[in-house]
Amino acid sequence: MAPLASNGAFEGRGLGCIRGERPVFAALDFRLEPGGALVLTGPNGSGKSSLLRVMAGLLPAAAGTLAWNGTPVDDAPELHRQRVHYLGHHDALKPVLTVAENLGFWASLRGANDDGVAAALARVGLDHLAETPGHLLSAGQRRRLSLARVLAAQAPLWLLDEPSVGLDAASVRTLAEVIAEHRANGGLVVVATHQALDLPDAACLAVDDYPPARPDPEDVW
Amino acid sequence: MTSQAASNPPGSRSLHRFANPGRFLRLADAVLPWCAGLTAIALAVGLAAALFVAPADYQQGESVRIMYVHVPAAWMALFAYTCIAVASAAALIWRHPVADLAARSASPLGAAFTFLALATGSLWGKPMWGTWWVWDARLTSVLVLFFLYLGHMAISNAFEDPGRGRKAAAILALVGFVNVPIIKFSVDWWNTLHQPASVTRIGVPTIHPSMLWPLLLMGVGFTLFFFTVLLLRMKSELLAARLRNLRMLSVEGR
Amino acid sequence: MSTVHERMPEAKTLGGSQAPAMPGVLAGFRRIVLRDLRLAMRQRGDAALAVLFFVLTAMLFPFGVGPEPNLLARIAPGVVWVTALLAVLLSLERMFLTDYEDGSLELLTLSPVPLSVIVLAKVTAHWLTTGLPLLIAAPVIAGMYGLPADGYKMLLAAMILGTPTLSLLGAVGAALTLGARRGGVLIPLLVLPLYIPVLIFGVSVIDATLAGLPARPHLLFLGALLLAALPLAPWAAAAALRQAVQ
Repeated sequence: MAPLASNGAFEGRGLGCIRGERPVFAALDFRLEPGGALVLTGPNGSGKSSLLRVMAGLLPAAAGTLAWNGTPVDDAPELHRQRVHYLGHHDALKPVLTVAENLGFWASLRGANDDGVAAALARVGLDHLAETPGHLLSAGQRRRLSLARVLAAQAPLWLLDEPSVGLDAASVRTLAEVIAEHRANGGLVVVATHQALDLPDAACLAVDDYPPARPDPEDVW
Repeated sequence: MTSQAASNPPGSRSLHRFANPGRFLRLADAVLPWCAGLTAIALAVGLAAALFVAPADYQQGESVRIMYVHVPAAWMALFAYTCIAVASAAALIWRHPVADLAARSASPLGAAFTFLALATGSLWGKPMWGTWWVWDARLTSVLVLFFLYLGHMAISNAFEDPGRGRKAAAILALVGFVNVPIIKFSVDWWNTLHQPASVTRIGVPTIHPSMLWPLLLMGVGFTLFFFTVLLLRMKSELLAARLRNLRMLSVEGR
Repeated sequence: MSTVHERMPEAKTLGGSQAPAMPGVLAGFRRIVLRDLRLAMRQRGDAALAVLFFVLTAMLFPFGVGPEPNLLARIAPGVVWVTALLAVLLSLERMFLTDYEDGSLELLTLSPVPLSVIVLAKVTAHWLTTGLPLLIAAPVIAGMYGLPADGYKMLLAAMILGTPTLSLLGAVGAALTLGARRGGVLIPLLVLPLYIPVLIFGVSVIDATLAGLPARPHLLFLGALLLAALPLAPWAAAAALRQAVQ
């Protein structure tokens, strides 16, 4: 993989988030340098997924700002979309399309060509299934296909929500390897996970350490 | 959040859940008695004038008096939708929670006025046209407007997450608002194409001043009534939201 | 840290030789349309359903009003338009629903293609798989109703101008109801009032032609509706989708 020259630092200041009518976290800060990794921890419902969605730009932050190299992300959301790879809970797999067609569509939207698609499939060990329709894949294979989507087109910032769910031991090792390669090239990774993942020098952010202030009932509205 | 949040200008990204709408409530409390009092006076005088003072129409007889309810109700049907659209735009652009609340609270009111316009139109139609319903351009447009209101009400309550419903309803209100004149125009067009010969068309008669002032007074009364009930609904919605938030706090127990 | 200084090389990286060049807006549009068409080809049943519904409901009217040829010819334009409109309505729910449920919609919103262009692509694919088959079936229905020969050309012209508007307005309804309780029941309530102008002008084009009057003004109105919906509906639907994926 070609090195990603001049990757920026990704930074959040005073982030707050509301899901439904419930505040999940408030006044959360983080900073990620090029080549850095951030692991989000916290119990279910603490807001790890919400934080990743805020970072991706899917969910507007209720408070605070996100910045890339000091420039607020909101100033140019279309630039942010180009630099983000988001891997969520769903694998966005169309059952009637083949593995190669599924991956090819997402890769082509980001300008990757067929070689990139083939290389990514080989990297996650799905190259022998390229012509298999999506509905025949197992849960782990679907997850690997999602990972291949992240690999097929380059983007400096990876936001991975529980990437290792359903993966076997060998695939978890592959996951750790590709993350390490991405970081070696100057890429940034944010991972929300319950499973132990081998990420050397990763910073840790316990999302449940940022509870919203409990207001005085007199002031509640 | 504490009362600091209330002093934030609209559009600041405060955590709205606890944003204290104290300023709005104080304003509502100050305005409500006046609004309610003036409503009562305007409607009482207007109704008395409409029923006893204004003359009967030489052509329509006493049934012309239905107009004093029908016409203001039809005005309000359009006025309330305009209010919803303006409030929705404000809610989408500045994310002001009170604007959201106003749009959502106005919708059933507007629907009620629209229904009133339809019902009185139908009552008026019986002696005039000899049938309860005629596919007259005006009645038909009001009927479509009624469905626009129903859609707005349905979508604001269709989601588990109330915030999602508010935003969807705001977008729908703006789309509907753009479409109201288009629908009105095309229904008029359709009606002139299919002019049925058997129906004698009697529009709103040219208005004599002795009929005009009770009509305008009723219009003022209806408008004041709208704002009185709107403020009451918004107040009760806010209190219900406060109750919900307090309950959630005690459940979280953090 | 100078932001100008920092952003320059980044732009170079994204557009330069090291990272793949981002495809243009048109290329993105084309890819989404082709993917939706391919999906429709693999699931032919879904697209066929709308046409089948169109033919079936049109078949019901003679049973309801009697087989008298004059009456059927008189109501033919209205029946074709009303049933076509209901068939489109039936197909609206799946415009975004599967993408919403399997996570594709999130990824599409995060893709470099602007969301309103994505909506336009999905609307185009929807029209090609629903509106176009209806357009082909409509003369057959009109023939069964004994529509006079003068009417066919204008029926097709009206449907070519009218059915894309139905897909565009429908996209707003489909996007707004994603994730709603009883979403499928909500769509008709939201969308049908907005369809009334298309129905009125669509029918009056044919009626005017059959009455020997110029159909041009009616066609122009249909065109104006399409031109108005073309920028506004994708914009509104994009706003709705953005809050649906939050």
